[in-house]
Amino acid sequence: MLGEGIIKGLAETARNFVGSYVDKERLVTVQYPEERLPAKEAARNFPFLVFDGHDPHAGLRCVACQICEKECPPQCIYIEKSMDKKPDYVGKPQFYPKIFDIDISVCMSCQICVEVCPFEAIKMDTEFELSHTDRFAGLLFDKHQLAKSNEYYQKIHPNEAAEVDGHLAAEKAKAEVKAKADADAKARIAAAKTTTPPAAKPTPAPTS
Amino acid sequence: MIDAFDQIFVLLKHWALGWPFWPESLKPMLSVFLSIVPIMLVFALLFGITTVVERKAIGRIQNRYGPNRVGLPFTDVRLFGFGQFIADGIKALTKEDIVPRAADRVVHFLAPIALIVPVFLAYSVLPYGKNMAPIDMDTGVLFFFAVGAATELSVFMAGWSSRNKYSLLGAMRAIAQMISYEVPLIISTITVVMMVGSLSTVKIVEAQAEYSGQLPHWHVFTPWGLAGFILFLIAAMAESNRSPFDLPEGESEIVAGYFIEYSGFKFALFFLAEYLGMFAISGLAITLFLGGWTAPLAFLSWLPSWLWFFAKLLALISLFIWVRGTVPRLRMDQLMNFAWKFMLPMALINIAAAGLWFFLPAGFDRWAVCSAMLIVPYVLLGRGLMGGKLFTKRTYRYAE
Repeated sequence: MLGEGIIKGLAETARNFVGSYVDKERLVTVQYPEERLPAKEAARNFPFLVFDGHDPHAGLRCVACQICEKECPPQCIYIEKSMDKKPDYVGKPQFYPKIFDIDISVCMSCQICVEVCPFEAIKMDTEFELSHTDRFAGLLFDKHQLAKSNEYYQKIHPNEAAEVDGHLAAEKAKAEVKAKADADAKARIAAAKTTTPPAAKPTPAPTS
Repeated sequence: MIDAFDQIFVLLKHWALGWPFWPESLKPMLSVFLSIVPIMLVFALLFGITTVVERKAIGRIQNRYGPNRVGLPFTDVRLFGFGQFIADGIKALTKEDIVPRAADRVVHFLAPIALIVPVFLAYSVLPYGKNMAPIDMDTGVLFFFAVGAATELSVFMAGWSSRNKYSLLGAMRAIAQMISYEVPLIISTITVVMMVGSLSTVKIVEAQAEYSGQLPHWHVFTPWGLAGFILFLIAAMAESNRSPFDLPEGESEIVAGYFIEYSGFKFALFFLAEYLGMFAISGLAITLFLGGWTAPLAFLSWLPSWLWFFAKLLALISLFIWVRGTVPRLRMDQLMNFAWKFMLPMALINIAAAGLWFFLPAGFDRWAVCSAMLIVPYVLLGRGLMGGKLFTKRTYRYAE
């Protein structure tokens, strides 16, 4: 009969209306600034620089190789290489960025910088509340704003960070083994040098 | 004491008029002023609150929260979002008023005013309580429909002067819809006028202000009254451009209809007029069918009469919101078919039923005959309107 469907519809909406007050499960809205959803592992928006330890300068993994700067499609990264060198995580002296700027108003969150970085130095952040009253300077992040600790990285991307840490530890172990082997070899050579100088240096026979 | 509370607004007005420093010549003006200003304030406030309540209720229907943020400024007091309409009002007031270059500036400017004035005029004949009709006109109902019909002019002014095809389409839809639904609206009202024998809104309410036992003599409790009330309500929804009859502003096809080129406060005026029109026509529905300011049960008559009027008004507004949250928008041909092929015949049959009711002796037979007279055509017309089609779950031939 005419009107039946409307009555059914009215009953349905009334059920939803009352249900939303009775049953909290129905209200799926997350009231954002007070409540938030737990961050997703795969979430990403803008890159940041990882440093090890507690000192953002000493622990910064970036060696200012400028690959990311060259690869960045919207060219939002600006790097200036340092004049001097500082030891990296294995202790090898490396350059470091004197200036490392990312303009996040230009960044398109493509993650290419992360893909190309050979030093696991740049990673994607999940921080998204970055609005600012100054749309130029406020959105241009410098080295100090970008540098975030490895602990932070482990917190936002636990699985990925564990993989990276394992990889870096393996590298470091290999480097240490190599260094030790080198040192051993050097020591051996040195020892050989010190123990067998006469043999190594044959005295010229007086043959006249 | 109860009487004094019931008549508090009337007494207050007389008290204010009795101040000695008013010159005698100004008193009629002042009396009018004292009637108009409270109506404007109360209904403008009701409009604001209704916008928030509507958004909240529709949100709840869709299992959302709706607006719950805006409260008192500079504090954390949120008032469940009921500060929203004040913020909206301030925003509308401070927004830029844009007039299209090709628009007819004068008509474009006059359209919202030509809408809001008749809408407010319609309030002048509604009895808000005992002795609380601003004007007790002998032709109150006629006056109401006369000014109600004047709003169509403003709709077309807005649509025509904007020089926008969507605007014009919206206006033409609005006119077609309003004229089509005005016919069943007025014909369903005629039954009440026939029964009461007067066009005065005050007399119509007084005719319903009797009780047999506890039950009131409201018109809605008769077969012709119930049918008339439902027809009136549907036509009122269409008249006030409420969903499911909101084709004139159908967002999905013509953006915003006839007020697409309006911004800022002019747009707010259109919005206000739309809601005020809805309140006014609900007020008339209450007056005609729901006993105006009379209490629903005899022992509740001690509550002030204006309280009952506003309680009924809020109930009808809630019904309008509920329907809006339920029914999708009609198509233009469905709208017209419904008006001319269902509403109009039903309204005409209703007149005959009301006439029969008047002449038959009171009793069960009268109920049975009049109800049958309305239910049989309802079922038959409904079947005809659906065209013998059976609406089932839609099946797709290819996409399975």
